[in-house]
Amino acid sequence: MPHLPRSTGLGFKPEHFSDIMARQGAVAFFEVHAENYMGDGGAPHAMLAALRENHALSIHGVGLSIGSAGGLDPEHLARLRRLIARYEPASFSEHLAWSSHGAAWLNDLLPLPYTDETLTTICAHIDQVQNALGRRMLLENPATYVSFDSSTWAETDFLTELVRRTGCGLLLDINNVFISATNHRFDPLAYLAAFPLEAVGEIHLAGHDTEELPSGPLLIDTHGAPVADPVWTLYAQVLARTGPLPTLIEWDTDVPDFPTLLAEAARAARLLGSDAKNHSHAA
Amino acid sequence: MPHERSHAAQQSGFHAALWQTEAPAGITAPAQDEAAQRFAVYRNNVQHSLTRALAARFPVIEQLVGAAFFTAMARVFIAAQPPSSPVLLHWGGDFAAFLDQFPPVAHLPFLGDVALLEYARGRACHAADAAPVAGEALHVPDPAALRLILHPSVTLFASQHPAVQIWQSHLPQASRAALNAGPDHALIAREPDFTVIVVPTDQGTHAVLTALAEGQTLRQAASQADPTTALTLLLRHQLVTQIQTGATP
Repeated sequence: MPHLPRSTGLGFKPEHFSDIMARQGAVAFFEVHAENYMGDGGAPHAMLAALRENHALSIHGVGLSIGSAGGLDPEHLARLRRLIARYEPASFSEHLAWSSHGAAWLNDLLPLPYTDETLTTICAHIDQVQNALGRRMLLENPATYVSFDSSTWAETDFLTELVRRTGCGLLLDINNVFISATNHRFDPLAYLAAFPLEAVGEIHLAGHDTEELPSGPLLIDTHGAPVADPVWTLYAQVLARTGPLPTLIEWDTDVPDFPTLLAEAARAARLLGSDAKNHSHAA
Repeated sequence: MPHERSHAAQQSGFHAALWQTEAPAGITAPAQDEAAQRFAVYRNNVQHSLTRALAARFPVIEQLVGAAFFTAMARVFIAAQPPSSPVLLHWGGDFAAFLDQFPPVAHLPFLGDVALLEYARGRACHAADAAPVAGEALHVPDPAALRLILHPSVTLFASQHPAVQIWQSHLPQASRAALNAGPDHALIAREPDFTVIVVPTDQGTHAVLTALAEGQTLRQAASQADPTTALTLLLRHQLVTQIQTGATP
């Protein structure tokens, strides 16, 4: 099974294409949203093919709606299978969330209760995806703003059990951990202590916005700002336990110029590198 | 106490609440009186992200009606006809028909056609790849018997309104020119370097291009009008991908 390099990557933005081609190898891998490459042809595919020649590729889906009560869309799964066969990415990941309901596509990652019922449903969906794609997938922990009174599982236990039952890996989004911890008033270190880090195949880092509610802050997952300092701190703490892991900087709204993204990646690379020196390769 | 509510029911309630003002049952927050405010983040994300996706496909429509009006109109369109697939590259095919019957824009009867033009540009952007033939391929003993296969990105656009001129006048570098009355016609396609073109054509050239796109021979197409302009356009922009000789298919 291919793996992403234990180094840094960036979310690919078409406006950076010529900068990237001029500085090939400035980061080890790029990540794209699968659904942006489901047209028949044109510039997106030409750019992705060029990118793929000299970089590892992570395909990150936002469209499967794995957390839906209803079944997965077989047409979408077939599109994913074709895309993955064409580009042979080192990693495919999706979200612990739902984003479509009936015939409506909602274009957002919506939350779900953690119950025996949803665990069974999501395990079946992950089995279906892994069988259809013929590969292990990574599932990303969500950033959430509300919880459900019907939840009977802690999120970390739920993810651990998903991994145990399906053999999938996890994409640990440390910004999402910090957002959810702040929003639901729990300790992010306690969450990470309970997180099955041995299953993590990739880390995401991103920026967020802050709103103020009467009871305290509500963080919004915008991917539109530099990675916040507390998220960098958590990242270093994770690396101290895991050793170097493939690490992606996500910046999807108000996208800055390429050097700004490279500077964020370089900051991650310094933490990866200093950790590599102090850490005999346990993972 | 946890409620007995199936995931399907919970999801339906959550989904319904995205389009209403009340928060759904079953959600909780550390300060329960803030649950609705937190839920509103999801409602705003769905509305905002779909509105921006629509605006990205129809930037001139947004300019024509103004950003605030576009946002309000998008809310109606999205609630009535949300995208049916996560592949938003293909979304918006119904927007022109929506504009044609949306009473608040009845005073802008050209809006639907401008939306069709913008949709055709998006279609051209993502259409399948196909290599062009060299212009010399037309240098055969009986060129009038040839049939041309046009690039998959080609749309032959026609409007009873001055929709092409209105669209052009909203390009960043456009100069203010007086509009002529419609009908307007244009060849919309993608060149090999991925530039999407909108080339205004006269009615005769449009008729020739349409005949060629339908698989008629050059001779048949030339019965519509002088085909010189049409052929020049197709070759200059490298939009002929195959040349067929011989009997009617």
